[in-house]
Amino acid sequence: MAEIHNFTLNFGPQHPAAHGVLRLVLEMDGEVIQKADPHIGLLHRGTEKLAESKPFNQSIGYMDRLDYVSMMCNEHAYVMAIENLLGIKAPVRAQYIRVMFDEITRILNHLMWLGAHGLDIGAMTMFLYCFREREDLMDCYEAVSGARMHATYYRPGGVYRDLPDSMPKYQASRWRTQKQVDKLNERRSGSMLDFIDDFVARFPACVDEYETLLTDNRIWKQRTVNIGVVSPERALQLGFTGPMLRGSGLAWDLRKQQPYEVYAHMDFDIPVGVNGDCYDRYLVRVEEMRQSNRIIKQCVDWLRKHPGSVMLEDHKIAPPSREQMKGDMESLIHHFKLFTEGYCVPAGETYAAVEAPKGEFGIYLVSDGANKPFRLKCRAPGFVHLAALEEMVKGHMLADVVAVIGTQDIVFGEVDR
Amino acid sequence: MANRIDSMAERVDAQFTGRLTRIASTCGELSYELAADDLIAVCTTLRDADAFRFEQLVDLTGMDYLNYGQVEWSTLKSTGTGFSRGVARNAELPDASSGRFAVVYHLLSVTNNVRLRLRVRLADNDAPIIDSLVNVWASANWFEREAFDMFGILFNGHPDLRRILTDYGFIGHPFRKDFPLIGNVEVRYDEDKGRVIYQPVSIEPRVLVPRVIRDDNRYDAALTQRPANS
Repeated sequence: MAEIHNFTLNFGPQHPAAHGVLRLVLEMDGEVIQKADPHIGLLHRGTEKLAESKPFNQSIGYMDRLDYVSMMCNEHAYVMAIENLLGIKAPVRAQYIRVMFDEITRILNHLMWLGAHGLDIGAMTMFLYCFREREDLMDCYEAVSGARMHATYYRPGGVYRDLPDSMPKYQASRWRTQKQVDKLNERRSGSMLDFIDDFVARFPACVDEYETLLTDNRIWKQRTVNIGVVSPERALQLGFTGPMLRGSGLAWDLRKQQPYEVYAHMDFDIPVGVNGDCYDRYLVRVEEMRQSNRIIKQCVDWLRKHPGSVMLEDHKIAPPSREQMKGDMESLIHHFKLFTEGYCVPAGETYAAVEAPKGEFGIYLVSDGANKPFRLKCRAPGFVHLAALEEMVKGHMLADVVAVIGTQDIVFGEVDR
Repeated sequence: MANRIDSMAERVDAQFTGRLTRIASTCGELSYELAADDLIAVCTTLRDADAFRFEQLVDLTGMDYLNYGQVEWSTLKSTGTGFSRGVARNAELPDASSGRFAVVYHLLSVTNNVRLRLRVRLADNDAPIIDSLVNVWASANWFEREAFDMFGILFNGHPDLRRILTDYGFIGHPFRKDFPLIGNVEVRYDEDKGRVIYQPVSIEPRVLVPRVIRDDNRYDAALTQRPANS
């Protein structure tokens, strides 16, 4: 009789379902996973080390590149850490703008996740649907910061600039006639808040569309129900946060439990799962999109009524406006000092965490009083979740590995840092 | 929030008198230092005792306190004549007598909604070693692998202490302060050999913005607390 032994299978790093550069060494017994050993670090760029060699503000852009589908939430944690140490707080309007963009980012992230997760386990249409709405939110990013993804919009002491009065518009080209362009630009005729308001009004119907395709879909349920079950006790023990923890039934959300910025004034609910399987986590994330939509609406309404400053007036930290800089000697000096040397942050250490779409994204910042961080540690939710991959896939089939990677919402920018 | 932190601080003080030392924090955070050999006992109590219930190890990180509080670019000549630029202040090591490495733990109690930071300074600079927390919190596993990879801190009792983020066959611990930012080796494709090779780095390290510690009076407690008429 032939000798039976386990089969070792290499999965990735160049695999479309690996969500980036995950190399997974799987030990298989037939089609059943016995052991899974993720090899990470293929996208390791040493962000934390690089930040130690740059003035504080110059690392904000690196934060975008950590979790590159929820850019502004990463910036938020970093900026909050600096603000904690400096002992400053952004103006209220800036806080509302931050909350609004955090939630826009959450929808962006969940749409990306839903599209990719759907694509991984056989729902091609989802990807196209999700990217349709994602495009509008990307335009918001572009309108406010000039960049569609890597915004560098949040700054210590506020946000880079106020919301613009107009949206960027499509232009007629060889591929689009004037008529098509006019139709596309219809929603973009007003200010940015008008555009977001319009988006908020039609987004719930879009979520209904996604749910029609997936929630009661027999194939979707077969692929996700009872796959990767995690009990609440185990989820805590493994350090899960965000939808991974809520999917297991624990109503833990930093926006509610430890509110930062103006989340305490927001009216929203925290969805929780029951069984802690991939399907529950799907439901949690879909509901989170609806709740984010509610928060955005509240922010838009507030922002319409309360114009004001979006940046601190302290020019030792926030640069003066260009106009001021041209006419006033002291402003010129402030500008010069800020853009050459940066500002010094008093010695101390802090841990600032935000509820990023993937879970708790934290920044542990240690300063020794210099103009550069002494040590920066990014606590990435994806890193912790991926560490539990082996436990979640053990005993499942090979095809379920893809479902579990999908449900963890892994992005390698933040796992490898 | 502040209430929760204060009551937790009282409970911690009552339970661990003399074992945990509170570190002052300007941000109102709860942060303690403890001895390396006491770690597992303290952490198990913090996790299990009803008064604490720190169910989660949120973060674990290595630290290298080499050159803490020192500047990169000292212009000592001009400091003598009154400039504050590049003042080499006395290094404010939290405790200068202990070693340069430390491990920092961030705990979270979901039940009590409180965070807690623990810091353990490691005595040995050549082979820093500490007990592993894998058996207390499962999430410590990869965090400790990362701290080992980046700082070379050894974790006693860790089931699988391999490198995690760096390349296969990497030499050195990149987040140590004496590891150059540009690294030691670079890779390129060698046409003659027909494969990718490693070679010593060819780029020059440069510092565009010097590290500067200024005497900023706004944050100087001694100055801000002085009465206005003095």
